[in-house]
Parts: sequence; C-alpha cells; structure tokens
Amino acid sequence: MSPLLSIQNLQVDFGGHGAPFRALHGLSLDVMRGRTLALVGESGSGKSVTAQAILRILPRVATISAGRILFDTGRGATDIAALPPDGPAMRAIRGAGIAMIFQEPMTCLSPLHTIGDQVGEALRIHGNATRAEADVQARDAFARVGFPDPARALHTYPFELSGGLRQRAMIAMALILKPALLVADEPTTALDVTTQAQILALLTRLQDETGMAILLITHDLGVVANVAHDVAVLYRGRLVESGPRGAVMRDPGHPYLKALLHAVPRFDMAPGERLTPIRPARAVIPPARRPAAIDGPILRIEGVSKIFTLRSGRFGGPPRVVRAVSDVSLDLVPGRTLGLVGESGSGKTTVSKMVMRALAPDAGRVLFDDGTGPRDVHALAGADLFAYRRAVQFVFQDPYASLDPRMTVRQILTEPMEIHGIGGRERRARAEALMAMVGLEAGALGRYPHAFSGGQRQRIGIARALALDPKVLVLDEPVSALDVSVQAQILNLLKDLQAALGLTYLIVSHNLAVIDYMADTIAVMCRGRIVGQAPKAALFRNPVHPYTRALLAAVPDPSLDHPLDFSAVTGDHSDPGRWPEPYRLAPDEAGHMVEIEPGYHVRHGAADARRAA
Amino acid sequence: MTIAVLRRVLTMAVTLLVISALVFAIIKLPPGDFLTNRIMELRSMGEAASVAKAELLIRQYGLDRPVYEQYLIWIGLMPGPAGFSGLLQGDWGWSFEYDRPVSEVVGDALWLTLVVNLAALVFVHLVAIPIAIYSATHRHTAGDAVVTVLGYVGLAVPGFLLALILLFYANIWFGLSIGGLYDASFTGKPWDWPKVQSLLAHLAVPTLVIGLGGTAAMIRRMRANLLDELAKPYTVTARAKGLPPLRALLKYPFRMSLNPFVADIGNLLPHLVSGSVLVSLVLSLPTVGPLLLDALKSQDQFMAGFILMFVALLTLVGMLISDLVLVWLDPRIRMGAR
Repeated sequence: MSPLLSIQNLQVDFGGHGAPFRALHGLSLDVMRGRTLALVGESGSGKSVTAQAILRILPRVATISAGRILFDTGRGATDIAALPPDGPAMRAIRGAGIAMIFQEPMTCLSPLHTIGDQVGEALRIHGNATRAEADVQARDAFARVGFPDPARALHTYPFELSGGLRQRAMIAMALILKPALLVADEPTTALDVTTQAQILALLTRLQDETGMAILLITHDLGVVANVAHDVAVLYRGRLVESGPRGAVMRDPGHPYLKALLHAVPRFDMAPGERLTPIRPARAVIPPARRPAAIDGPILRIEGVSKIFTLRSGRFGGPPRVVRAVSDVSLDLVPGRTLGLVGESGSGKTTVSKMVMRALAPDAGRVLFDDGTGPRDVHALAGADLFAYRRAVQFVFQDPYASLDPRMTVRQILTEPMEIHGIGGRERRARAEALMAMVGLEAGALGRYPHAFSGGQRQRIGIARALALDPKVLVLDEPVSALDVSVQAQILNLLKDLQAALGLTYLIVSHNLAVIDYMADTIAVMCRGRIVGQAPKAALFRNPVHPYTRALLAAVPDPSLDHPLDFSAVTGDHSDPGRWPEPYRLAPDEAGHMVEIEPGYHVRHGAADARRAA
Repeated sequence: MTIAVLRRVLTMAVTLLVISALVFAIIKLPPGDFLTNRIMELRSMGEAASVAKAELLIRQYGLDRPVYEQYLIWIGLMPGPAGFSGLLQGDWGWSFEYDRPVSEVVGDALWLTLVVNLAALVFVHLVAIPIAIYSATHRHTAGDAVVTVLGYVGLAVPGFLLALILLFYANIWFGLSIGGLYDASFTGKPWDWPKVQSLLAHLAVPTLVIGLGGTAAMIRRMRANLLDELAKPYTVTARAKGLPPLRALLKYPFRMSLNPFVADIGNLLPHLVSGSVLVSLVLSLPTVGPLLLDALKSQDQFMAGFILMFVALLTLVGMLISDLVLVWLDPRIRMGAR
C-alpha cells in the first residue's frame, strides 16, 4: 500500500536575523492511511518544523531548501513542497486534506468569535456551505467530539470553555471536513492527565470511525506508548530511529531514545532512584546544612477556606460564588516535601497563594514557625511580615512569563536582596554563588532572559527564589512548562538543593509522576477539598479513593505493559455525587477524614458516619 | 444592560457637575473678569455712557454676586436676575467680547470644526490602516522601511510649518485663497452650492496637515498591534484551515488589533474640537480652537466656560461610546470574563 504522506529528504533552513541554521537535515518518513505515527523529540529537534512544513505554514524566515512532501489527494500524489504556500492549491489541501490541531487550545482559538463560527468556517471556505448549513454540520461535529450540549456550543466563546472542551472544539474544527491526515502538535501537553486521557481516547475513537491517519507530535513517551502505531524519533533535525511502536519502545537502539526513556519520572522507579538527565548539569551544590530545629511543622495550614465572588455573566445579574478552597488543613515538615495534586480548578494554586499571602483566606489560618513558635501569617505586619516574605519564596510555572524581559539576570537575582537591604558587594558575590548553585555560568549574569532556553530560565527562577536564603519554597508546577529533556535536570536540582539547604517544599502539580518523584507526603485535592492525604508509598500502594484512582489510571505509562483503559476515562471522577460509597458526598457536603492506616487519611461521606454510629 | 447604561449616564451627569465647578473655579481664578477690566479701561478714557452699559451687564449677569451664586446661576440651578437661565436651560450665556450670545458666536464655528476634524479623522483611518496592514505583513522589507521613514517624517514635521508650505503651493498651483475654510467673498453669505464647493476645496490642506501627525502615529501603533496579533497561534490556525491570507488577516488579527483604537474614542472626540488650535490659527480657520484661546485670554467667562464644558461633554460621550462599542466588539468584555 502506498503511503498517504511521504516526506522525502526534506530539508528546512532558517535565515532571518539570527545565524542561519538548518532545522531539518534530509528527513524522510511515511505516514500510512489509518495509522498513527508519533514523531518524538525534545524541543528544537525539528518535530514542529516538520508539521509546519507539511501544511506550509512555516515562519517567514524558514524555507524548504530541498526534498519533497508527497501527499496522496486521492487523484494522485501532489508535491506539497513545490506548491506556493498561500496559493489556491495549497489552501485547498489545508483543512480539507490535511488538518492540524495545536498545543494551546486557548490561544489557537480566536477569543472574539464563537466556536460555532470558527468550526464551521472551513466548510464555508472549502465547501461553499451557507452559514446555516455550516452550523448544522458544526453541531454534528460538536456532538461527535463529545460536547454535552452541541446546539449551545455553536454560540459559545472559547473563554467560556474548560481546557478539555477547547481542545475538543479544536478537534471538531480540524475534522469537520473529514481530512485524510490529522497533524496533532502536542495536543495534550497543556492539559490535565485526566483530560489528556479523554482527548487521547477521543482521537483513537475518531480514527477508528473515519480511518484518518494521525501524525502525532509529542515529547511524552507515555502518550506514544498508548496511541501510536509507529514511532519516529527526531534528534537535532535528523531521524534517529523509526519503526512500529513495539519494536522501537521495547528495544530502543539509539542512545538518545534510551536516555529519553530514563529522563521522565515513572511510577515503577525504585525508592531513592534518581532520574538520569539527557544532558548532565553541572550545578555546584553547597555543602549540606541542617534544617532549623523546629518541633512540629514549619508551616501549618489550618482549616483554610476561600470563596471567590465572580461578576455575573450579563450586566446586572446576581453574582456567582465559587468555593475554591474548603476547609483545607496541611502540615509542612521541615526539610521535607509536601505534594499537592489535583486537576485544574481543584483549588491547589489558591492554597499556594494563601501560603504566600497573596490571597487572604475567608476562614482558617496559615501558621509559620521560624523557630520562635507558630504565628499566623495573615496577622503579620511590619518587620515580621517583611521577614516572612524573606522566608517563603515562590517558583513559578512559566519560566517565560515570570522573568522580566527588560532586566538582566544580575538585576533579576539582586533585586530581592536590594529590597531586603543586603549590601552591594555581598549582592554581587551572592548572585555569582546562586548562578553556580543552579548550574549556570557567572558570565551569563549580564545577559537578558531571552538569551536562555526554557530550562535555563527556570534555573534563573529558582536562583531568584533562593536569593534571600528562604526556608520554604512553594513550587507551582515547576516543570510542566519545560521540555522533557530538561525536566529531569530541574527536578534533580530541586532535590539536591533541598538536601543541601534544608529547604521545605510545597509542590503543586497535576502530574502524579512528578509529585511521586518529589514528594514525601501527598495530598490529593478535588473541588477545593482534600480527599486523600498519605505518605507517598502508602498512597500509590493503596489508592483507595475513587478520585485518586482516576488520576492514577489516567497517567500514560511509557512501558507497553500498562496501557491506558480508555473506556474508564469518562470524566465522572471529579463529581463527588457519583463516587461510590463510602466516599460519596452530597452537594455542599463536607464529609470527614478517616484514617485507614497510620498517616493515611481519606475523606468519607456522611452516609458512612451514620452507619458507623 | 439597560441598567448598566443608565448607571453610566448618571455617573456622567455627576462628573459633568464636578467638571463644571472646576471649570468655573479656574476661569474665576485670575483677579477680575472681562467686564471689570473693561470698566477700568473705559473709566480711564472717561466714557461714561459705555461704563453705564457695562455696569448694567454686570447686574444683568449677576457678576456682582458672590462667586458660588454666579456659578449656580451659570449652570442654571439658581434663579439669576432673569430667572432660571443657565446651561441646564440651554442658555449658553453672553459673550462680552463679541457682544453677542455665545450660541451665535460659536454656532458656525462649532460645526465647521467638526467638519474639518472629522475629515482629518477619516483621512487618518483611510490612509493609516491599509499602510499599517501592508507594513505589518511585509515586515523588514524595503516597502516597510520606506513607510516607516515616511511615518517618522510625518511625526517630526511641525503641522503649522507644513501648513504654510502647502498653502503657498496650493495658492500658486490651484489658485486657492490663503487661509479660511472658504473663499473670503463667501463670508456671511448663506450656504449655497458654490460656497460648499469652495469649502471642499479649502478642506484639503487642513485635513492633510491636521491628519498627517495622527496618520504617522496611527501607522506605528497599528503596525505594532498587528505584529503582536500576527504572531498569535490563532492566526496560524486560520491559515491552517485554508483561509485566503487577506480574509484570515482581516477576520482574526486585524479585528483583535482594533480594541486599543476603540478604547481611544474617548480621547478622540474632544480632540476634534480642541486639538487643532495651532493649525487653525496659522490657517486662520473659523473653528472653535482660536475662539477658545481668545476667550481664555480676555476672560470672556461664559464663552470659555461653554467651550470647555462642551469639550468635557464630548469626552464623556466618547468614553461611553467606546465602552459600548467594546462591549459589542469583544465578547470577553461582554461576558465579564478576563
């Protein structure tokens, strides 16, 4: 059988203002009808460039300098590489023959147009459908991708939708013309694990129904192991390995793929096993220091609640109330890591903000113990508050948005010290020490953030958080915006720094594998409540709560022996009313925590309490 | 929605009231007023009859009363010597300098001002938007560079200088009379077709001069906005769907880049009245700008007060319009989302 898409010796060059460089060095690969080819590689390996070349939507500075992209349109093969990029022939292929979905479902949809308009648009351009005809088909497409109310979806704007529904809208948009090939560029990277599992299940189902081919671009080997038929591994613009999934994943030949398999946190890691970064970092970890001797927790969150009042939808309606956090209690043990896990919207970031005193709780207290006894953080003022700011620091998720592009690294690192009155000479010396600590050259202090890669920027973010010698670091999704090849470096660096500086971590993430690798104790949050809290080993050995089970079941494992059960991912797992007894909670019911083994608490519903009484 | 608009209108009324107090206070800040200055002048020249008339005017307009009473009479919240007759009742007051009601003095000038500045506004948008789109989509090409340089020149050339040069050549080449918005022979004549023709011919130079700086600024801003939006992923999505380039551009990034300009309407409307004072002086256009300048210099208080209040009203109305248009244009604002 002839391939649907055949890339032959493709070469893409980038010119423009920077130094010219070659993104693809003669890439050749075939995408077969009805199969999924996973294109794997770290950022900069050329996988997105390949996708853009197929659709001829490369950046202006990039040119296809050699090679052919043969696409079988049904009436013989067309060489896409030879077509003018914005000519009618290429536009006819786009959307109708080859469609594409992207990583960020929010930014890829226009916020000013309804999704009904955007989904139906392809029909109106290619099929000359009227608005009404397009609406009918768009509604069918919304139903196919699992919108709860397809008719209403037509008039919905992207910002009214959750991340998962936005990605479903993108898929509906891509598939409305029933293209032969779907190019999916990191379609689930920005989503929660549970949503990711649902989207992957959807793509698999749609492929079965329509027989389309999928070119899946990803860096997540867990995703590859679960949905790909064939795998192609790209490294620095060259194909280093390809073949059927089983052969490639079970017996990786190229050292790069082997390294990639060991660079991501997995559940079957031995206790104490370290990740092996693809490129070892040379951080100068300072000599170990004992954590401050404090009896009891360094930070105690005590029955904290937060309610947000939203402006109502239209002008003048009653305000909506959202219970973001309900009665959450957590203890941070000095020198240890507490992991807070949950889907987006579960309230975990709100908790971290209340710890930072960026938000005030509506009820409850946050107690911090600097060695002189616990004190309520939200009652601190003046010099005490200033000292607290110094003791607790934050590492942000997005290393691109969290560094001021107009400040040099030196300014970024010394600003906190300047605010806290550390002398000029000491500031400069400390900035250099911080750079060494996170494995960057002191010579880079004079450069601006844009000169660094994502992983390097996150190191700068960590160095900034450490500038004031804090006791507690709050890590909000510290690696979820980073490339897989540098995640291991950052996680190892955080572990080493914790051991050396006696830091206490509160790590917030939706990635269970990351939490598993980092945390000593794990708290699982759902809809603003802690539903389970346990030492790491106990939680993963015995995940009793249905929500915890659902989260665990949704993590795609890179080994082929634990495939995801797509039939189990329904989206019901986050509705407390549908949990089985004894976990079921009526609306607004708080339930109560039950200790099922030492240190392992699970939330039960009231029905359980009545039975016990 | 209706409730929200009504609430806005109410706050606008309160704002206007506060502004009127400020305007009046500022006009009254320098010692004396137009009439007392005039009386002193006349007394020194010994013109008793004129002095008597001026003193009559003082009593007629309550200028002998305390300042707060004068203010209340002016806005029409307190009966003056002629009963309730202030801004609220539609009586704009008396211009002492022209010795005519303010409405008569300002009347023609007001709408001519609007004509000139609206023409400039249309010119700015018609010229700037296509150039900005071209410049943004052909970034770092020779065409973009030429447009950019011309834009900087347009920003840098002082309007009044350009006005003089253009007037000179318009006179030599097309025989247009220097200055004014129509030929001097039409002054005081009713508006008939030849006078309108004369107006249209004379509009070209002020439109170009007033519009040029704005055009250059708008090209720069529009280009920057569009470049930001062109880099957004949804632009790529539109292309990946197979939309023709121009249609994709106008439907998605262009529409997104409009928001800042809509938000600017509030600043634009008052600019229509007061923005072109210098150029109007040089070109001796019969517009409101020079009138305001004169009124402020000679402390012609009702005249100055009325023009300032009018500008304030235009600002508030402009803000309201821009908010309503934004609500209509951007569903994120409509739905109250971030």
